[in-house]
Amino acid sequence: MSTNQTQIVGQSIQRKEGRDKVTGAMRYVDDLLFPEMWFGATVRSPIARGRIRSIEFTGNLPWHEFTIVTAKDISGQNCTALILDDQPCLADKFVNHAEEPVVLLAHPDKYLLEEARRAVKIDIEPLPALFTMDDALNQTEIIWGDDNVFKTFLVEKGNVDDVWASADFIVEGEYETGAQEQLYIEPNGMIAMANADDGVTVWGSLQCPYYVHKALLKLFGLPPDKVRVIQAATGGGFGGKEEYPSMIAGHAALLAWKAGKPVKLIYDRAEDMAATTKRHPSRTRHRTAVNKDGKLLAMDIEFVIDGGAYATLSSVVLSRGTIHAAGPYACDNVRVRSKAVATNHPPHGAFRGFGAPQSIFALERHLNKVAATVGLRPEELRRRNFLHEGQTTATGQVIREKLDLDGLLTRALELSDYHAKKERFAEHNATNATQKKGIGFATFLHGAGFTGSGERFLESVVGIEATATGNVCILVASTEIGQGTNTILSQIAAEALRLDYEMIELAQPDTANVPNSGPTVASRTCMIVGKLVESAALGLKQTLVQSGLLTDDYSLDEWRQACAIYIAEHGALKSFSKYEAPPNIFWNDETYQGDAYGAYAWAVYVAEVTVNLVTYETRVDDFVALQEVGKVINPVLAAGQIEGGVAQAIGYALYENVVWDNGTMRNNQMTNYIMPTSEDLPPIRVFFEENPYTYGPSGAKGIGELPMDGPAPAILNAIESAIGVRVNCIPLLPETLMKVMNA
Amino acid sequence: MRAYLPAYDLQTPANLAEALRLLADAPGVWKPFAGGTDLMVLLEAGKLAHKQFISLWHLPELRGISITDDSITLGAMTTYSQVQTHPILQREFPLLCQAASWTGSVAIQNRGTIGGNIANASPAADSLPALLVYEAELELVSARGARWVSYQSFHTGYKQMAMRSDELIKAIRLPRTTNQWIQHSRKVGTRKAQAISKVCIAALAKIENNTIHDIRLAFGSVAPGPLRCVQTEAVLKSRAIDDATIKDARSALAAELTPIDDIRSTAEYRLRVAGNLLAEFLAGNGIDFHSDR
Repeated sequence: MSTNQTQIVGQSIQRKEGRDKVTGAMRYVDDLLFPEMWFGATVRSPIARGRIRSIEFTGNLPWHEFTIVTAKDISGQNCTALILDDQPCLADKFVNHAEEPVVLLAHPDKYLLEEARRAVKIDIEPLPALFTMDDALNQTEIIWGDDNVFKTFLVEKGNVDDVWASADFIVEGEYETGAQEQLYIEPNGMIAMANADDGVTVWGSLQCPYYVHKALLKLFGLPPDKVRVIQAATGGGFGGKEEYPSMIAGHAALLAWKAGKPVKLIYDRAEDMAATTKRHPSRTRHRTAVNKDGKLLAMDIEFVIDGGAYATLSSVVLSRGTIHAAGPYACDNVRVRSKAVATNHPPHGAFRGFGAPQSIFALERHLNKVAATVGLRPEELRRRNFLHEGQTTATGQVIREKLDLDGLLTRALELSDYHAKKERFAEHNATNATQKKGIGFATFLHGAGFTGSGERFLESVVGIEATATGNVCILVASTEIGQGTNTILSQIAAEALRLDYEMIELAQPDTANVPNSGPTVASRTCMIVGKLVESAALGLKQTLVQSGLLTDDYSLDEWRQACAIYIAEHGALKSFSKYEAPPNIFWNDETYQGDAYGAYAWAVYVAEVTVNLVTYETRVDDFVALQEVGKVINPVLAAGQIEGGVAQAIGYALYENVVWDNGTMRNNQMTNYIMPTSEDLPPIRVFFEENPYTYGPSGAKGIGELPMDGPAPAILNAIESAIGVRVNCIPLLPETLMKVMNA
Repeated sequence: MRAYLPAYDLQTPANLAEALRLLADAPGVWKPFAGGTDLMVLLEAGKLAHKQFISLWHLPELRGISITDDSITLGAMTTYSQVQTHPILQREFPLLCQAASWTGSVAIQNRGTIGGNIANASPAADSLPALLVYEAELELVSARGARWVSYQSFHTGYKQMAMRSDELIKAIRLPRTTNQWIQHSRKVGTRKAQAISKVCIAALAKIENNTIHDIRLAFGSVAPGPLRCVQTEAVLKSRAIDDATIKDARSALAAELTPIDDIRSTAEYRLRVAGNLLAEFLAGNGIDFHSDR
């Protein structure tokens, strides 16, 4: 066989695990059975804050048959280790949010287990609780630390206070976003085996095997080689399986340890929705100085997010939201002051976009107000302020790539027929009393990889191993959660080694077997981990070339032969690659200045809507998503990511409302938590531009989170253009719109 | 599954007589289980309080659609799917077919029944406003015999029905008298499909030369049960459709509805949108509609 010259990167190659998923052969954690396996259940706090007085095991149940675990049974540290270790694995003396885990039960009969769960009565003396960011900031109670504040950031560029006096206009606005449930198809679940001899092993639905590993080490006080975390097939994550699986793994392992049996702990949808993390609600205040030509002179931004009862990931969500708050605009004077505050909601957590959808919503709504104030069209205001090569972002990051936001905007407006529609809709609206049509857009960016120094601290490692047959196995802790990790990493390795796609496979993520390539989050898997796969693959080839077994130009047969000989001589053929920051990337954690991200994806999204004045419902009629993402590795998967993200963001903008009742989610069921169905969604037309990034594999940047950022402001901008009424909170339900229109 | 399954009992009597005997022998002990599309949701959530049920699904006496010159009679176990595909129902009772198509998903429509929808008595039930404007009659059967009742007076309060605990709904009869009427319905749900209604309307009217000769109006999700709005009908009868008529109808309707705030919507929204739906219907058949802003 001759040298394989086919380009593999850039092709829509079939998903590695696609066949197993569509045929039902894929085994998720609830499909796994172990001999003598028991089932676990979690008994949770019924109220948001209080002191635990007693726990009673009532009813006519054979309690002696149950394994019962409370905080007293924890041998290590009672925490779910993450950034701060403030969140207990099981509440001990106090509860700080509704649905906080207090007691764990295990039994072989899962139906009896449910009876038992209902029969555990936790008596709690209520304490005053906080449910709003204002109450947290005003410190009506102190519920966390000294001041209810998990984290604050200050980003400062120039001096905004020097500008107000000389500005032609000062425009102020306030913007709010709600909580949102991730709604992965597969609810959370975990199976644990645990005992003193073998340590702790868990199999689960999760994004970040080494996060779970770290949490279990602390919980049990075990050495690293006594804890093993294996990812089972995972039916979606969206960030919802970034940190919370550490909690469930801890619970399953505590039960398994005490029961001496494998224990399976699976959440149903109701429990998953009520108890696990959601997107942080936010409030952003803008004060903007602008001159009569529409040049932004100063942007003063206050950004607050509701972190819930424990610190979890709020500080890093806040960081990303803070850095994205000033958007893709060049402004000499920017100040972003941000805070993550504590309330007695269940902790909010990671969700696709990670703070950026919140602050970008505010900015892209606000800029339309600025444009209207100055008397410019929204597109013209943006054109006068777009970042260009050589200019700096709010954190002082110099744009070193060829950046053409003007061109991107022009193309998006053409693709959506924006200008013609704008005219047509004006005529339509003048004569139609009940159907108002509008079109709007948002212009935004999303940084790929961990923020600031994050990737340096992670020091991710990727391995790649060849077999004697010449097939290649990629060793990463990066997980396939539906987004296409297995497929694109295989494409990248196949491309680097000029092998067939079918010759590449992924090792199951298992902390006993794969190096820590970092968490599967932050739009980092393709750009950061993919680049490491590429360089590890090249290392493999280099080893064979240097051993004299291969020349630079080789056929598949020559490759196979070289692998066979090398392995016969040396036993194994492996190559590892460790993250090194690209040159000229610097970040100052003290001043929050520097290169916040290695690279950004850039996008313009356009939404077309009809607002129905009989029902106050908004329907998105058409959606154009244009983005520059470096290089598209797999067009079908990439478009799928964008379509899914846009759909999720349409839900965020118009449908998905978490109904809170004293800190408890009331609508924790898909009947009443309204995620849009395909009937509610418009055609989502996805377009890419490519501008290869030097430090991404084949030039690729990250795209996973990007599509979550733009739709909500684009849709609300379209609604404003349809009805001439400014609404600045999401989700924008028909009930809200009715109130605003009849106010 | 949060229910403790061993606590539940589901009997499957061989025929209707046996089912009625079970109901008669132990009044209140057994409750009917039709398609189960409402009960299974409660069971899954561990919230199905009643434990003993009689399955009606397989009883042949409760199935089938029969037609005479004057009426069409649906067995209580007629599913939403059967309703939607029936040619005479499609032609003469489109509001019922439309409501059936709104209900749940295809799987739900294959299993959910008209009789079950009535007996579940949800104020948000999709098919019930249509049955009200078609002036349906129900055949109730028990071991003591059978009787026909008007559906208009069947729902007496939230989940309350004019039916004894030993009775079953056997059939629903629709008089074939409204074929020439203007027919209109609309559901405002929480989303386009797989949604529970926030407010819905079913309306029939005889309108000639912009004058309402007769009208029947019913709404869902705006009262403790599905509601026939007779006061509003009275205001509209013999009136010409103009802005003043629509305004009067809105006022009458607002006085007749008793919506509530709940997990899906607000009383304020339901009240205003119910008025908008009525105005939209009237205006669609008369003058141009002016939104109430």
